[in-house]
Amino acid sequence: MAPNWFKYASPASFYPLAGRLVPWFGAAAALLTVLGLYLGFFVAPTDYKQGEAYRIIFIHVPAAWMSMFIYLVMAFYAGLGLVFNTRLSAFMARSLAPTGALFTFIALWTGALWGKPMWGAWWVWDARLTSELILLFLYLGYMSLQAAIEDPRRAARASGLLALIGAVNVPIIYFSVQWWNTLHQGASISMSQGSTMAATMLTAMLVMTLAFWMYTIAVVLTRVRCEILERERHSEWVAEIAAREAR
Amino acid sequence: MSLAEFFDMGGYAFYVWGSYLVTAVLMLIEVVGVIRRRRTLLDRLGRIHGAAQGAGRSGR
Amino acid sequence: MGATGLLSGTRYVLARDLTLAGRRVTDVLTTLFFFVIVVSLFPLGVGPEAGTLRAIAPGILWVAALLATMLSLGRLFTADHLDGTLEQMLLSPQPLSLIVLGKVAAHWLVTGAPLVLMSPLLGLQFGLSGAPLGVLMLTLLLGTPVLSLIGAMGAALTLGLRGGGALISLLVLPLYVPVLIFGAGAVEAVASGLEADAHLSLLGALLVLALCFGPWVTAAALRISLE
Repeated sequence: MAPNWFKYASPASFYPLAGRLVPWFGAAAALLTVLGLYLGFFVAPTDYKQGEAYRIIFIHVPAAWMSMFIYLVMAFYAGLGLVFNTRLSAFMARSLAPTGALFTFIALWTGALWGKPMWGAWWVWDARLTSELILLFLYLGYMSLQAAIEDPRRAARASGLLALIGAVNVPIIYFSVQWWNTLHQGASISMSQGSTMAATMLTAMLVMTLAFWMYTIAVVLTRVRCEILERERHSEWVAEIAAREAR
Repeated sequence: MSLAEFFDMGGYAFYVWGSYLVTAVLMLIEVVGVIRRRRTLLDRLGRIHGAAQGAGRSGR
Repeated sequence: MGATGLLSGTRYVLARDLTLAGRRVTDVLTTLFFFVIVVSLFPLGVGPEAGTLRAIAPGILWVAALLATMLSLGRLFTADHLDGTLEQMLLSPQPLSLIVLGKVAAHWLVTGAPLVLMSPLLGLQFGLSGAPLGVLMLTLLLGTPVLSLIGAMGAALTLGLRGGGALISLLVLPLYVPVLIFGAGAVEAVASGLEADAHLSLLGALLVLALCFGPWVTAAALRISLE
């Protein structure tokens, strides 16, 4: 059995499919968040070293993971869009960026709020926070380039190429920041260091990551649907949808 | 564990709830923004195509 | 010979761009003066304490080099874009990436090389001497071509956009981070009596990578921007 995936690469057939999927992903995100928070706050034990403050981990680490995953997924779709010239992948890449930037910001914010009680400073130039900061700059550059180009085709292709350049550079940047950090601070301070992580902590973290994924998919699919409507606004099928929804 | 104890987070209330609250607010803003973008888009498209249909043939 | 035949386009563009730059020496000098002035402002801001200045010298010289290179990126393709030369280059039988290589080489000779030559003087102002000074020059020699190569990608992507200057910095500066880290790190390592071999080999690796892929990616970006 080979479902015809290419059928869904056409915006006209992807639009209703995405519409059907969004509520499911939204509900899954809500349920997993409730479960993850329950595990994180009521089941996971207090950390013997960091006290209750460590509970920030349940959003900090998932947000940091998501920020990197989303960049890679974005670059993947950007590459697909460049190679196969499919408009849907370009929409996907474009729609992923704001959510990726949001998670990067959340990772930085929660990192600062965790750093203050643990290290006594809001901001430490630790390898992980610094890489997140540079990742945020990469997202901002991508979105600014996207916004600066008026022609949608050029915007999609140029920013797609930029996403690919960024994706190639992310490991190099990460490695160089790691290197810089170890040279300047001796041993690098890591957030989970010193506390052996209880199994329930890990479970809660994974559940929260899954919840963030579901959230991302729901939001991004909705954004893709908006993109499709905007770009295809002169087509017959959009006219039908508009007439139906406006009623 | 009492409710007050829970909200106190062992003295780290500001940091823990500061993280969770800001995360929740930002995600809420994003969701509301996306939904509003969709609504205004549909309204605009509805006006354009509705007017075209009212005039006769469906708008292109 | 095939190789010289292929590189003839590169050499032609290089010679042409250098001739054009020779007619507009002020452009070249502006970048150099920018570099000198930015570096000279730091002691005024930080204070004249010799130990502090020596400690921050590698970072300052390197950041100033990044900014100076970035400032000059706008010139890389804009003039050729405006008078239609760039379109001609796209249509020419020569591979576009080799033409780009020629343009980037000219850009480096005009902006990067003067920075390398000027850096020991500025290093002396900051109390660097001996081995660190030599390593500073060496890192700039290896690193500034990478800056030009990466910058060319940004310049090609933002070609003809309004507000291109500010936008290009947003695109390019995050990508400059590894060069900055290894470049300034090498000088710091030598200044504190350590080996800088690892830094220098990594910087060399970055240069090789950028040389292999940079012109090719820039050519793709130019095609996207001009189609």
